[in-house]
Amino acid sequence: MAKVDWPEASKRTLIGKRISRTDGPLKVTGAAKYSYDISRPGLLYVKLVTSPHPKAEISGIDGTAAAAVPGVKAVWKDEELQEVQYVGQIVAAVAAETEEIATDAAHQVKVEYRVREHQVRDNDPALSKDKPSNLTVGNLDEGFAKADVTMNGNYGCPVITHCCLEPHGQVTEYRDGELYIWPSTQNVSRYSDGLRNDVDLPQNKIHVDCQHMGGGFGSKFDTDKWGKIGVTLAKMTGRPVKIMLDRDTELMIAGNRPSAYAKIKVGAKRDGTITAVDAEVWGTGGGGGYSAPPIPYVFGKIPNRRLVGKGIRTNRGGQRAWRAPNHPQGCFLTMSAFADTAALLKMDELEFFQRNIQFTDRPTVYTEELNKAAELIGYKRRAHLRGDASPGPIKRGLGVSIHTWGGQGHPSECDVTIHPDGSVEAACGTQDLGVGTRTCIAMVVAETLGIPLQAVKVKIGRNEYPQSGASGGSTTIGGISVSSRQGATAALNALLEVAAKRLGIQPDLLEARDGQIREVDNGSKRISWKDACALLGPSPITKRGVNVPGESAKANLASQGVGGAQIADVSVDIETGIVTMNELVAVQDCGLIINLKLAESQVYGALIMGITSALYEEAVYDTRTGKMLNADMEFYRLAGIKDVGKLTVHMMTGKGYDDRGVIGLGEPPVISPAAAIANAVANAVGVRVPQLPLTPERVLAALAQRGGSAA
Amino acid sequence: MKPFEYSAPKTLKEACGLLGDTWGKTEILAGGTDLVTSLKQRITQPSRVLSLKHLKELHGIRNSRGSLVIGAMTTLGELAAHSDVRRHFPALVTAATGVGSPQLLSVGTVGGDLCQRPRCWYFRNGYGLLAQKDGVSLAREGENRYHAIFAADGPALFVSASSLGPGLIALGAEMVAAGPGGATRSIPATEFFRAPQSENEREIALKPNEILTEINVPLKGLKNGIYEIRHRHGLDWPYVTAAVAFGGKEGSGGARVVLGHVAPMPWSVPAAAKLLNTARPDEATAARCGQVAVEGARPLSQNAYKIQMARTAVKRAVLAAV
Amino acid sequence: MQDEHEHPDVLSVSRRGFLKGFGAGTAATSLLSPLSVREAEAAERGFVGPGAVPVVLTVNGRKQTIQAEPCVTLLDALRNRLDITGPKKVCDRGTCGACTVLVDDKPVYACSMLAIEAEGKHITTVEGLGTPEKLNSVQKAFVEHDAQQCGFCTSGFVTAATAFVRKHPNATIEQIRSGLGGNLCRCGTYAGMLLAVADAASGKGGRA
Repeated sequence: MAKVDWPEASKRTLIGKRISRTDGPLKVTGAAKYSYDISRPGLLYVKLVTSPHPKAEISGIDGTAAAAVPGVKAVWKDEELQEVQYVGQIVAAVAAETEEIATDAAHQVKVEYRVREHQVRDNDPALSKDKPSNLTVGNLDEGFAKADVTMNGNYGCPVITHCCLEPHGQVTEYRDGELYIWPSTQNVSRYSDGLRNDVDLPQNKIHVDCQHMGGGFGSKFDTDKWGKIGVTLAKMTGRPVKIMLDRDTELMIAGNRPSAYAKIKVGAKRDGTITAVDAEVWGTGGGGGYSAPPIPYVFGKIPNRRLVGKGIRTNRGGQRAWRAPNHPQGCFLTMSAFADTAALLKMDELEFFQRNIQFTDRPTVYTEELNKAAELIGYKRRAHLRGDASPGPIKRGLGVSIHTWGGQGHPSECDVTIHPDGSVEAACGTQDLGVGTRTCIAMVVAETLGIPLQAVKVKIGRNEYPQSGASGGSTTIGGISVSSRQGATAALNALLEVAAKRLGIQPDLLEARDGQIREVDNGSKRISWKDACALLGPSPITKRGVNVPGESAKANLASQGVGGAQIADVSVDIETGIVTMNELVAVQDCGLIINLKLAESQVYGALIMGITSALYEEAVYDTRTGKMLNADMEFYRLAGIKDVGKLTVHMMTGKGYDDRGVIGLGEPPVISPAAAIANAVANAVGVRVPQLPLTPERVLAALAQRGGSAA
Repeated sequence: MKPFEYSAPKTLKEACGLLGDTWGKTEILAGGTDLVTSLKQRITQPSRVLSLKHLKELHGIRNSRGSLVIGAMTTLGELAAHSDVRRHFPALVTAATGVGSPQLLSVGTVGGDLCQRPRCWYFRNGYGLLAQKDGVSLAREGENRYHAIFAADGPALFVSASSLGPGLIALGAEMVAAGPGGATRSIPATEFFRAPQSENEREIALKPNEILTEINVPLKGLKNGIYEIRHRHGLDWPYVTAAVAFGGKEGSGGARVVLGHVAPMPWSVPAAAKLLNTARPDEATAARCGQVAVEGARPLSQNAYKIQMARTAVKRAVLAAV
Repeated sequence: MQDEHEHPDVLSVSRRGFLKGFGAGTAATSLLSPLSVREAEAAERGFVGPGAVPVVLTVNGRKQTIQAEPCVTLLDALRNRLDITGPKKVCDRGTCGACTVLVDDKPVYACSMLAIEAEGKHITTVEGLGTPEKLNSVQKAFVEHDAQQCGFCTSGFVTAATAFVRKHPNATIEQIRSGLGGNLCRCGTYAGMLLAVADAASGKGGRA
């Protein structure tokens, strides 16, 4: 019988290889239909009416003029909403025959506001009205007493947004008493949970379909208000309705990563050993609560430490999980403070990190990864203490950071069917955010069954398929590879029983390889895949594979806990403040890699997203109007192809890594870039630029403050 | 956008006849890269849009009586690729390609670049050209990192967004506008841009019923160059640019130094230009030029950094032109 | 939507007079093609709209007439009227490039061009460059180098890259970076894109 354990390296035909994503041709030709692209007969377009005020009471919504516009089919008003809490909050919606009519009519909905005093500032701890959180371990006084030097620093990173290229939204249709929804979601299987109070239909009459979605990064788990408005307007009009957020609304209300500003004190001995860390952090996640990012990050075993967190409630759109929630902030704040401590000691930054590596959970892994990263970027040859002393306005520097993440596969179920004609399909209620979920399921099933990749048809993106978890926290790859492996193994074993009878040997002497069912290590008794499947008669085999996280961890099918090290190489023009990326090296482990090409893509992508947050991203709020002034893609900048420099990715594979089973990869490599880049800038120019993003104005200000610079 | 009527007249005379006496009722459409965005943002809500696409006489570049005549509907891509422009006016080539997007170079026009509206984020968010709320300037006390450091004592604090303006002023260009009946008049580039004093005014010297038809750039053999400082290395608005032109056949006297993105209009600095008329344009002169160019800058609360950038941009523009 | 194979560019004086007599109402439309009614309206008052007017677009080689207000962008006309959804709506402000189409072989932001302005021009969308079964060289290289993740920017990048490769065979890496300077990706697929476009520019994989 076939075993569910991952095949050993020498026997793998697909797993771990560089395989192009199977739906690539659909994406490069425009044939892939995203939620935004769904068109239905009689489709109506919906435009939302949103609040221009950060805080105001609503005394009335008048949709008469809008309803009278020819082509308008319905105006929905939020009758329960009494007060808006942020600019962009949804107040009403208009459904019309064309997008242009809906847009024009939405401007004709009259909302009466009584404007109230608002608060959007997030960078002053005095603005916090909540009880601070406090996590103290050890004895700070003793810790600092042991220190030879004490570093005091202030750092900060602003609110940034997800800016998924496909905005949030969906198409909603009632047809023959059933509900059909095409949302852009990270959570196909459980998307409709959020409609429980809005829809009077049993689960089996709600059909959710998301074949392709244009990015989520943690912001697309829920049904959201627009999901409910879609249902309401579809009901009101009896027509399918499409709601996709406009870009400004998307940036203001559909994704915010909390800000984090910190005052950090680090005590260290002359040899670099850290004795104590005292951190006070504040920031905003909008109107709700705030959880302080972890400091000291990664170096969690530093004996004496305190973390005080102060949330600031603001009249801004609410926070959403952003790729590795709280880790990039904790990482940037910690690594900046540590690099500044190394600088104070006139000690090499890499050496300083290594000196304290025993305070991490995985000293051996980090050491190995740091050494590899150093080797790849030529650290020994090129490193210098803080401040590039070479002449001319261009200063170059290196910066180091390490990070960690979990990545345990989520609960997942997958049906694998072997048809009598030899074709195979796998059905799983998961979704593809860009990871290449379809490809990975096809690879695991094809590997398990010993058949070509193309022979497996993968069906995902519908809630009718076996349930699979939401794609968040790097949990998908672990979940779906185990469930599809389990399903394929079970289906194969059923087939082996049938084939064994025909071949006249015990099924546990058989294996599936190279399109054959054959005797293990011998092959004298064999039958082709097609002929074996024909033995099934009219009935296909369908087996359900299940990933139960705890169990698959025990069996080393999937586990959690990874490390990663990154080193950045930047040039800074001290006459203009412009930071240029030369290179970013990432060394990353993630257990057993299913598809090396797609795994590397994840890391490349994470590096670029990290570079973007380091150099460009910031939601700029105007204190007086409470408005996000750059809710567009012009001044809310994303890195372009000219901005990212050389990217070097090294995946840790082989012994000690492969045998841990599959671990998720989406989050970890996005954590370190900002920290490494900020440290590299400090290393180049000789002075800390304490706030992200590292804009030219901030670089010039830091240089000017130091004095004696070109500025 | 608010629905509007549309016309694409076949002759300039006809086009001029369709314009009115007040701003905002009819908007002129060239490449559309700014206007279509402005319409969506509802910062202008015209009842009519007048397309210039059929006006053949506004297209193309020709040599005429010691000048290069650039039609207003010439695209930025055509401008940057034109052999005479490349030979004589590297500053214009750098400015056009500096826009950084092949898509914008394909359709964005020279006239459109000169007539585009400011990118001030208060303006683009619907707070008006002068960004005032309850009589207070939002930009003066607020988020003004991208705003003016010169001429910021009036109500307009935005910066001119034109990429070509500074270079054309440095080169001594003249704009030609056609008015009612097709009658034309010349406007020196130095007078083309202006700081509006009220919401009803615009940032250019055209009248509401005039169409920019062409730009004459004299061929004086001036050395010229431009240096632009952008945050991103690709498509982005510059923080600061500096255009310089000096030397030439007629000897000294014709030098100009013009800063971009530092004032509601391209900002000429004659004192810096004077240095280029008298001193050899070496590293030291270039640095001194930059120093002189920023004298008199009056930054707002967040944009003092632009002074350092302007100093650098002028220095590097001079060295680029040599 | 209807296929439009011919339409009179200019109306004769007598025809215009005829229309004037009837007004541009239903009687006239039943006798003349919608486009000639629009021409007549333009000739009469200088303007057409603000309501829907017939607009003739030639997309991927096929000439089609849609009803669209003059304020409809080329992007919305393609997506909402012609169900050509390769070009995506992302920033809708001419910054991100996801809506890139070719207009007379030049890359253009379809969100920043009015549909009516694109009349008489040849519009090519990503669908017109290749099919999943028959990819052009840029598309092939994008798949090979995994130059896409979520894929929402991919149509625009492929279209811009195809225009670039056709114009700049054997381009340098620096030129490629400039050629793709008008597009943005959020997943971060630039590394694959550079390799892909370099491959396609070198002539590997056939015609772009």
